[in-house]
Amino acid sequence: MTVQGVGASPKRKEDRRFLLGKGRYTDDIVLQDQAHAVFIRAPYAHAAIAKLDASAARAMPGVLAVLTGDDVTAAGLGGIPCGWLVKSKDGSNMVEPPHPALAIGVVRHVGDPVAMVIATSRAAAKAAAGAVEVDYDVKPAAGRIAEATAANPPLVWDQAPGNICFDWHIGDAANVDAAFAKAAHTVELELTNSRVAPNAMEPRAANGFYDAASDHYTLYTTSQNPHLTRLLLAAFTLHVPEHKLRVVAPDVGGGFGSKIFHYAEELMVLVASKRVGKPVKWTSDRMEAFVSDAHGRDHVSKAQLALDANGKFLGLRVQTLANLGAYLSTFASAVPTYLYGTLLSGPYDLPAIYAEVKGVFTNTVAVDAYRGAGRPEASYLLERLVSKAARQLRIDPIELRRKNLIPADKFPYQTQVALAYDTGNFQATLDMALERIDYKHYADRKAASAKRGKLRGLGISTYIEACGLAPSALAGALGARAGLYEAANIRIHPTGSVSVFTGTHSHGQGHETTFAQLISGRLGIPIENVEVVHGDTDRIPFGMGTYGSRSAAVGGSAIVKALDKIVDKGKKIAAHLLEASVADIEFADGLYRVAGTDRVKAFGEVAFAAYVPHNYPLETLEPGLEESAFYDPKNFTFPGGTHLVEVEVDPETGVVEIVDVASADDVGVIINPMIVDGQAHGGLAQGIGQALLEEAVYDGDGQLANDSFLTYTMPRAADLPMFKVGNHVTACTHNPLGVKGVGETGAIGVPPAVINAVLDALAPLGVTDISMPATPEKVWRAIQAAAGKQA
Amino acid sequence: MKDFAFHRPKTLAEAVALLEARGDAKLLAGGQSLLPVLKLELAEPSDLISLADVEELGDIRVDGDRIVIGAGCTHDTVARSVDVQKRLPALASLAEHIGDAQVRNRGTLGGSVAHADPAADYPAALLALGATIATDRRRIAADDFFKAFFETALARDEIVTAVHFPLAKRAAYIKFAHRASKYALVGVFVAETAAGIRVAVTGAAAVAFRVPAMEAALAKQFSPDAIAGIVIPADELNGDAEASAEYRSHLIGVMAKRAIQACA
Amino acid sequence: MPKLTLRVNRETHAIECAANALLVEVLRDTLHLTGTHVGCDTSQCGACTVHVDGRSVKACTMLAAEAEGSAITTIEGIANGDTLHPMQAAFQEHHGLQCGFCTPGMVMSAIDLCARKPAPTERDVRTWLEGNLCRCTGYHNIVKSVIAGAEVMQKAGKP
Repeated sequence: MTVQGVGASPKRKEDRRFLLGKGRYTDDIVLQDQAHAVFIRAPYAHAAIAKLDASAARAMPGVLAVLTGDDVTAAGLGGIPCGWLVKSKDGSNMVEPPHPALAIGVVRHVGDPVAMVIATSRAAAKAAAGAVEVDYDVKPAAGRIAEATAANPPLVWDQAPGNICFDWHIGDAANVDAAFAKAAHTVELELTNSRVAPNAMEPRAANGFYDAASDHYTLYTTSQNPHLTRLLLAAFTLHVPEHKLRVVAPDVGGGFGSKIFHYAEELMVLVASKRVGKPVKWTSDRMEAFVSDAHGRDHVSKAQLALDANGKFLGLRVQTLANLGAYLSTFASAVPTYLYGTLLSGPYDLPAIYAEVKGVFTNTVAVDAYRGAGRPEASYLLERLVSKAARQLRIDPIELRRKNLIPADKFPYQTQVALAYDTGNFQATLDMALERIDYKHYADRKAASAKRGKLRGLGISTYIEACGLAPSALAGALGARAGLYEAANIRIHPTGSVSVFTGTHSHGQGHETTFAQLISGRLGIPIENVEVVHGDTDRIPFGMGTYGSRSAAVGGSAIVKALDKIVDKGKKIAAHLLEASVADIEFADGLYRVAGTDRVKAFGEVAFAAYVPHNYPLETLEPGLEESAFYDPKNFTFPGGTHLVEVEVDPETGVVEIVDVASADDVGVIINPMIVDGQAHGGLAQGIGQALLEEAVYDGDGQLANDSFLTYTMPRAADLPMFKVGNHVTACTHNPLGVKGVGETGAIGVPPAVINAVLDALAPLGVTDISMPATPEKVWRAIQAAAGKQA
Repeated sequence: MKDFAFHRPKTLAEAVALLEARGDAKLLAGGQSLLPVLKLELAEPSDLISLADVEELGDIRVDGDRIVIGAGCTHDTVARSVDVQKRLPALASLAEHIGDAQVRNRGTLGGSVAHADPAADYPAALLALGATIATDRRRIAADDFFKAFFETALARDEIVTAVHFPLAKRAAYIKFAHRASKYALVGVFVAETAAGIRVAVTGAAAVAFRVPAMEAALAKQFSPDAIAGIVIPADELNGDAEASAEYRSHLIGVMAKRAIQACA
Repeated sequence: MPKLTLRVNRETHAIECAANALLVEVLRDTLHLTGTHVGCDTSQCGACTVHVDGRSVKACTMLAAEAEGSAITTIEGIANGDTLHPMQAAFQEHHGLQCGFCTPGMVMSAIDLCARKPAPTERDVRTWLEGNLCRCTGYHNIVKSVIAGAEVMQKAGKP
């Protein structure tokens, strides 16, 4: 029984249930009289539904109902909304096509849900799904950005000519033109940011229950933000008031962004439950997840960097085509604009920036936030470009970065793309990363690799990201349709234990431990006596959930605000008990003390007095000790740092092995170092996965070529080394904890470091470009092509 | 997965009788290939006949200049067999790198051989070592066994009981695995047995095959250099999203060279 | 429906299930042992790993009927009352889990490794875990956990 505050690494409170197999994930929940649903999904990327006949299926044993687009229309269900309105350069609104929960007349991507079969068992539902007759008139499809933006492309939506959803820009074009006009050097790069499938290990699931007696809905769902899901169900899709709707996100097996969004299946299990009079559960299988979970990334960009004769950056020009998929998912429009364009200054003092982003509809499943969300795309573009500049100008890539990083004494730093960085020290993280990877002896290692017939390469990336979404007023001005504050409630129980209710959600991040540390340290009570409650709209006042590394910075700050209120109220109670003036009461280490005396009351005594107010200032103070707080951040937070990667390439096969990874991050004040390191590891693995292994490959007709773990390469243990992670702390200046956020650093920083390392290894062979993922065949072909050119 | 009748016969004879009696029955050994196929409903047998209780299939024994491995031996059993490790280490190593640990704990030699997945590892070993497949009724040379894509010389009601592997003076198997599935994109088994030097390739085409040109070259001079310039044309090979036929053709050369080096 | 007798976590269960029922379906749906998870349809992810006669097996790639006569152990069956199995304890000690979904399979797989290699190296662990995917940890702390768990198991002298 110990006090464990900020900076300690207590073992996680949540681990025991998971290790015992007692976690309670959505699919583990079986309600009384449970019915099961499966969705019939489009096999074509673009087609009219010519015929949909479910009569045979409806007559099969165990079948309770088959719902189609007609039912969606008849029930008056709203379309799945997009949460962010982006405006084009000319001031016009983005094109917002309808997004019905089940396709009405036309399917627009492989996996588009066409019908829902509800039966008494999953097996019966599956069997009946096979008996639903669907005939399609296949239409031409735009499977990739290339097909969607070609001349006279097949249109995903008639209302979006050229398949353009929005044509957005940021920065100052005239300034950039002037910078290029006076530049001594110009460096150009065309690159793609490859498309990836999120693949949280727990597939999505939803279990809906409508209670006719109370006219009340309950939804268990794999969500990162149950309150947001309830809000969207209430206001947009189900049209039921919040008090008639409870959304529970129990244990959730990873999210990485893909479980932020409100999905059609969540709506449909509720609708179906009301229809059949039983709870209805749907659990995605993995192949279904590949074509129904929102994917990530998928950009095609052109970038130009202007430098002066000394290698100082003068200006950056970027043009990006961002794939949005067929329908706009919850954050789809924000990711390639406000989470991407605003990050294009990176950690650099960059005096002129202009970026244009076109959002492109394609006949593919939606693209939305995936670990990093926009920021990895910015970092990848910038860091590839800077390393290319170093090669072109024959400057050491580390030195070129040093020359251009924002100096530590130049904070706060206003970028040319809206953001104002409050603090950072990029030189310190760069030095730390170099030290961690033992840069001094790199040449020896390279020589040793060469002796073994391997090409060794070192890749660097210095990055920044924006986390802690988000100041609501600013986000609102930029098109957000919701606030982005966070809520907390702290309930001190009469005998001194504590329940904390947070609007954020933990699906692996360890909030039950880190948030308990905030309470334990501040109130001086054992961490075992603190319970953190999350994921249930009936228990928690409100919240916006967990994404964008916001939980500690925004949710943690809300907890601190509520703690302030608890401590303050306790002072008044203690003053009464100690017969002193409130102004003289101090609180530290769990004790209220009359300043300068040994007269104290323990926090537990004060809590008890609040609930058993026999000796209590009832005339001036309410009994009880429970406080709520809402915290709206003043700014984004800006984690950053340096990632270094060493690879060995087998020139005969093209196989790239990651032999060393060192990261030095500045994530602000660290609450639990053990958990922070774990978050860094996970992000690095996902970043390396994108750089070397993973890619969701659509063909031009919109068929997904790899829709299972048999063909989509997930990172495995043997693909990765031990990671050398380190932290250099500069405290965030505008939140009470000084925290910035750690969830996404790896996924943002490391992909360009990997590719830069591969290019460094291959540079002696004349290879100058390679795209993600750097697969063995791609590397081998690049080597062959370069040899052909040199011959 | 469609439903079926499930049987667990105790003897080979019972299993054969069931196979004959049931029109659309399939044998189930470790199930590591068959169950994934059934789960995706790529096959819908009326009956599954498990060989788990058929005791005749479980032995590994050394028989003069050969090692006889029962069809029911799991990959894990083969990998950890002291006899196999000592007398045919290349085969133990091959077995140790099939699929993953859980697959090796269930999947069997007989199941793999009868399934004849073109990307399975064992077919390369059987061909390169000149193994003989024993069934409930006859013996079939490996050269005559693997016919085509998922097609063998087995009759519909025939059951593989064991594989007889000649011992090798030297042998090695080098695999370039598919990054996601871990099946062989290209696997090359090089062996020198009493019958001579053989080179067999799996994963690269519709069925595992030998490379006579490499065998002839190695017979003259057993060194990596001897096979330099021997190329299997890409138009005879598989191409897919993971690896083009050209790349597979290139990898055959590299893996063969490495296998020859590993034989030393 | 066919009847089966399954021995799971040292208890015998007489159940009825379709012949095509997978072991994982029976464990989760019939016996309510929901610690064994399903993360894919193609036998890659290993979240469903259990022990059958002491060996790690993917319960999604085995029929329940095949498991009759064998001793099955799931993640729910390895702790000793309130005391975690040394491998479970090592995962907690070294932060070898985040969302917890892959964890039961990882732990069951790791214990099988230790039965064969009582003192596995980092490379041994990474190679052995070929059949277990994790999306959260980057495997770093899983590898540390398995090595540490193996040490405790070896000292205790039992798998």
